[in-house]
Amino acid sequence: MTRQVRRVAAVLFLLFGALFVNLNYLQVLRADNLSNDNRNSRTIIAEYSIRRGSIVAEQGRDTVVLAESVATDGDRFKYRRRYPEPELYAHVTGFYSLVYGRTGLEDTANGFLVGDAPEQFARNVGDLLTGREPEGDDVVVTLRPEVQRAAREALGDRVGAVVALEPQTGAVLALWANPSYDPNRLATFDRDRAVRYWERSENERRSRALRETYPPGSTFKVVTAAAALEDGIDPDDTFDDPSSYTPPQTTAAIPNFGGGLCNGGSPITLARAFEVSCNTTFAQLGVDVGADLLVEQAEAFGFNETFDLDLPMAASAIPADLDPPSTAQSAIGQRDVRATPLQMAMVSAAVANDGVLMRPHVITRVEDFAGRVVRETTPSMLVLDGQDDARAVSRETAAALQDMMRGVVTNGSGGAAAVPGVEVAGKTGTAQTAEGANPTVWFTGFAPFEDPQVAVAVVVPDGGDVGSEATGGAVAAPIASAVIDAAVGE
Amino acid sequence: MSAIAAPLPAPADARRRANSELGLLILALLVTLGAHTLVGLAQTGAVPAGLAAYGGAMAALGAAAHLASRRLASSADPVLLPLAFLLNGLGLAMVRRLDFAEQTSQAPAQTIWTVVAIVVFIVTLAVVRDHRMLDDYRYLVGIGALVFLLLPLVPGIGKEVNGARIWLGLGGLSFQPGEVAKLGLVVFFASYLAEKRALLTVATNRLGPLMVPPARAFGPILAVWGVSLSVLVFQKDLGLSLLIFGIFVAMLYVATARLTYVLLGLALFSAGAYAAWTIFSHVQSRISTWLDPWSVYDSAGYQVAQSLFAMATGGIFGVGLGQGRPDIIPEVNTDFIFAAFGEEIGLLGTTALLLCFFLFVGRGFAVATRSRDDFGQLLAAGMTFLFGLQVFVILGGVTQLLPLTGVTLPFMSYGGSSLLANYALVALLLRVSASSSAGQSSA
Repeated sequence: MTRQVRRVAAVLFLLFGALFVNLNYLQVLRADNLSNDNRNSRTIIAEYSIRRGSIVAEQGRDTVVLAESVATDGDRFKYRRRYPEPELYAHVTGFYSLVYGRTGLEDTANGFLVGDAPEQFARNVGDLLTGREPEGDDVVVTLRPEVQRAAREALGDRVGAVVALEPQTGAVLALWANPSYDPNRLATFDRDRAVRYWERSENERRSRALRETYPPGSTFKVVTAAAALEDGIDPDDTFDDPSSYTPPQTTAAIPNFGGGLCNGGSPITLARAFEVSCNTTFAQLGVDVGADLLVEQAEAFGFNETFDLDLPMAASAIPADLDPPSTAQSAIGQRDVRATPLQMAMVSAAVANDGVLMRPHVITRVEDFAGRVVRETTPSMLVLDGQDDARAVSRETAAALQDMMRGVVTNGSGGAAAVPGVEVAGKTGTAQTAEGANPTVWFTGFAPFEDPQVAVAVVVPDGGDVGSEATGGAVAAPIASAVIDAAVGE
Repeated sequence: MSAIAAPLPAPADARRRANSELGLLILALLVTLGAHTLVGLAQTGAVPAGLAAYGGAMAALGAAAHLASRRLASSADPVLLPLAFLLNGLGLAMVRRLDFAEQTSQAPAQTIWTVVAIVVFIVTLAVVRDHRMLDDYRYLVGIGALVFLLLPLVPGIGKEVNGARIWLGLGGLSFQPGEVAKLGLVVFFASYLAEKRALLTVATNRLGPLMVPPARAFGPILAVWGVSLSVLVFQKDLGLSLLIFGIFVAMLYVATARLTYVLLGLALFSAGAYAAWTIFSHVQSRISTWLDPWSVYDSAGYQVAQSLFAMATGGIFGVGLGQGRPDIIPEVNTDFIFAAFGEEIGLLGTTALLLCFFLFVGRGFAVATRSRDDFGQLLAAGMTFLFGLQVFVILGGVTQLLPLTGVTLPFMSYGGSSLLANYALVALLLRVSASSSAGQSSA
């Protein structure tokens, strides 16, 4: 019988061998695939078990909490994400959801928030050795809560977006888009509720300030004017004042807004044409300057590129090879030109900063729980791909543009952007999107004129509540005024 | 005593073996306490408060078991008991670790079951002074095993848990009589086959070229097939049914050396399995879940999928004892306890555990081959095969090598019945081992 026992033993040993091979297959060969499967909740549970850092803003000496981790009673997850003012900052913080992952700063600053910044390597190794609970770091943002609130209030119920930048540093002071959503409702551990909210909040989650592009309309004349000035044209040079302009290679005429003349038919200076947003002058100017210089100038301001903003962003667009009719249309911000509100704020910011583009950024610094600074953002010039430097226009061109933009508010279409006691400069925009559709209205500008502290862009697609009668001057300029007031007013 | 035994080489050999066992037990105790301490450190950040008391209690249990085997089963295999003690201790550490994760309190109960199981071990050694005693009570044991097997079907005391009616509920206590019944059946099979093996073998030879046993010889295998099928049908216990039939076929082969029986067994198994697959939806579901757990991830496949996630997350080195999330796996402390080890101690740890089981099976078969009587040999081989097959079936199930059949992982899973039965199994193996050594030394 001993022989049979040995054979039975051999069979069993073979089976054990199969187990051993299968263990290797499972824990080595398939390990990566399986452990990174998004249904494997271990990774996310591990994340939820460390105290994630807060996202905070500073208002004077006060700290305003945008997102924080609060301990839960449940045993599965130790911390839950809470957003005290959910809608106000949703497009900045993004959400941190069990079901839908991360977006916004929750995603881009995740490394800091979970305490994995490269600067914290030594501390983390120490924690590992001492067995101390790992902690996340706090992210301090550049947003100024009072400016953010002013943007929300001024825009009101209208669909649209507001971006405010600090020209000298690129710090994002306000980043508001309406509608907004409640990230708390995605951060819930109740999967069904998160799914329901997700399915009906798609429109609210659209990041209109950074990831949606709109035809910039006449605000793009800042770019066209910049190209012309760089090309040697003077603000005082005069142009004919027809009621419409027909570019070469087409019979489609470009009329002025409202179909009239800009200066009663007399020759009009570039500066004046800019103040009253004269389409015929700028369409012709675009054709005169040429597509190449126009596109070059637009790209110097940031078109056709993205950069590291600390948040996901879309590139604004101007096609590279424009024929004369398209060039004329593009010069007045119609047809193929599309811009994000961030982009138009960057145009004003560069003009205000004497022609130099600073990198827009959202994170001021990162602090550990004890308040020690882990990383601090040093304002830096934004050198885009394909550009030699961060200079969008020369100092002289910038000065000329500043003057012309001041004229828009003091003496032109943008009077509603004025703020008592503050000299505001800017440009209105009213883009016709389609026949019969409400226009997309804009304002972009900066203030105070002598010492710019804020550059803004406001967009209200679909004309806001004034409908087809809306113009950038009537609808967007007052919103900009309120935001500038909050940023620089007493 | 030693003076009297001095002329014989046996006592010295016995002492050497007993000392080996003691040394290995101390080693097992240290590993166990190490695991216990790691769990405490990971979960509470401190060395467990009751470490000394716990260590003392475990040492006392180990000492009691060791003294029993030293006195009552002299010269027995010195590795089996330490292996059982090690696996038992690691299982306890994991049950305690899962208590932290699931906020349950099962470790104290399992500790008490360990005490009871060690007592059963000692009592078994004390009562069964010679394994041939069991041969005499063959029918009593056989009928007792059948009764135990059927007990859960009795209304009032039997209860159904997770679809399988294999539990006895008496007051607050639950017991799986099938665990003990399996042992009884092995004893009965061993005894029956030891007596009839000549008949079964010779009868086959008579048929000459066809090598087919006479119809009468099919009787026993058909009977056991019937029993295991009825377990499957009435108790819906796939695992137990498979184990009973598997043991019998293996033992029949050991007794007769006739591959015909194995082939017949496999044919019957296939027929039964196919019939079960066509008739029972829960069997179909087990198979389809095994083939593709991901397609039924939200329902039947969830458990296996979580087990695979756990083992894969553990990778080669594991995430560290007490630092994973094994509680995500449903029923992790019973059938899926190995997956919890897979996550926390990785491939290195699971391989070590697999080697422990492998070693146990190897020692068990060695006991069988050294036994000098047919009954002892069949008993030891049967019990070892039962143990090994059960390990294979559950480990194959949690690693998706096989369809999942709910059986416990010997010595490690939470649950008293299984622990008790397995310590009794060790006691019987030691008994067979001791008697063969005694035979050798007296020869």
